[in-house]
Amino acid sequence: MKKELKIPLIKNGTVIDHITAGNAVKVLHILGIPISTSSVISVAINVKSKFGKKDIVKVENREIDPQEVDKIALIAPKATINIIRNYNVAKKHKVELPNEIIGIVCCSNPTCVSNANEPVKSRFNVIEKDPPKIKCYYCEREPEDIADRII
Amino acid sequence: MKFNGKDIISIKDFTKNEINYILDYAEDMIPYAKGDKFKNILKGKVLSSLFFEPSTRTRLSFESSMNRLGGRVIGFSDPSGTSQKKGESLSDTIRMADSYSDAIVVRHPHEGAARLAAEFSDVPVLNAGDGAGRHPTQCLLDLFTIREEKKKIKNKKIVLLGDLKYGRTVHSLAYALALYGAKLTLVSPTSLKMPNEVVGECKDLGIEPISTSNLEKAIRDADVLYVTRIQKERFPDAEEYNRVVGSYKVNNELLKSAKEDLIIMHPLPRVTEIDPEVDKTHHALYFKQAFNGLPVRMALLSLVIGGRI
Ligand SMILES: Nc1ncnc2c1ncn2[C@@H]1O[C@H](COP(=O)(O)OP(=O)(O)OP(=O)(O)O)[C@@H](O)[C@H]1O
Ligand SMILES: [Mg+2]
Ligand SMILES: [Zn+2]
Repeated sequence: MKKELKIPLIKNGTVIDHITAGNAVKVLHILGIPISTSSVISVAINVKSKFGKKDIVKVENREIDPQEVDKIALIAPKATINIIRNYNVAKKHKVELPNEIIGIVCCSNPTCVSNANEPVKSRFNVIEKDPPKIKCYYCEREPEDIADRII
Repeated sequence: MKFNGKDIISIKDFTKNEINYILDYAEDMIPYAKGDKFKNILKGKVLSSLFFEPSTRTRLSFESSMNRLGGRVIGFSDPSGTSQKKGESLSDTIRMADSYSDAIVVRHPHEGAARLAAEFSDVPVLNAGDGAGRHPTQCLLDLFTIREEKKKIKNKKIVLLGDLKYGRTVHSLAYALALYGAKLTLVSPTSLKMPNEVVGECKDLGIEPISTSNLEKAIRDADVLYVTRIQKERFPDAEEYNRVVGSYKVNNELLKSAKEDLIIMHPLPRVTEIDPEVDKTHHALYFKQAFNGLPVRMALLSLVIGGRI
């Protein structure tokens, strides 16, 4: 275990583990980090693990609410949220996509009404969770390149 | 069954029972649609008819439907005379129409526009076509027409011909026909084939559509031939367009191999895909199909606004 640890231990905070390799920065973006926090954040990209490569994000001194984080399952369906207290994993939560994704992904259809100048957020129904498949509530298209469509 | 206040956005929002209920009621509407009987069940009611895109049949038949039932229509058929031109959003226009009327019919170039309209409106919204998206009243009148002519839809052999890729109304129709257990044959040029997701939906409903490019063979034992328009814009050059259109032309020569009671449908407007010589044959049903828009839309307006014949 120690061999795997490329970044320093944290005393208190949150570890987001098993992020799909290469998507750590997008995960931070979806969570509105670091804009909304002054915590120290370490990011490890392309870390070797038993299931191939993964990314890891560690946020010090902030416990991220697992429910708030479920939406990252869109681009990191295998991620786990580990709440660290006094150097130990106090809680572990496997992310699960909610049934509806609002305001995170923009529709791939340029003539979808959600891309027009209307006072609505993009809205998708989740039709499959892993790998994620979503369908626009408005135009019913299913964007394939979800990771590239994060708003 | 309760339809009062319900939006009509997509055929997929309805169960087979609900669709049957609408079609049965539309049948009762026929004498009123023809003007043989009158009943002012929508007297005092106002319909907003908001056409942000041109339409002949859909708009006229909605407006006629409202008038035939004693109601009134406000609205526009061309947004150039409205605040839309000044950049007003659809949602604001809908808020206004919502406060001025008892139901809203909307056609708009953006996919999902009717769904959005329904979010901003308390009165029911009826989708009269949203871009390349849905057109549920067309789908209902197509089902109504097949049911009227063939008595049932289950196990009827129905050939869908033409642009099956971009013509989204034909996608909802394929779905609805599969829901009813029709046998589907899809005939199109290879570049305009039915998308896999639509074929997948049919399969989920237990229907395995047959795809072919051989029209003559496909219509031999068909009960219904549903023709759609092939748009010139879809082709890289005029030569390719002419070749494709030429090979899918419906004319009397082709119909020699058809069953006696084959009916030919088309959502109209047609361009060259059906030769006018076919109009005089008993196969031609597209004008009656267009008339059927009236009883179907009358039934819908009556159901969602309230008031029964
Ligand atoms: N105090 C800490 N500081 C920083 N990272 C930590 C700390 N404790 C655990 N981690 C990291 O948090 C993640 C989860 O820790 P855990 O001990 O549960 O590992 P695990 O048993 O491999 O769990 P999993 O099955 O979810 O991979 C690992 O990536 C681990 O390196
Ligand atoms: Mg581990
Ligand atoms: Zn969309």
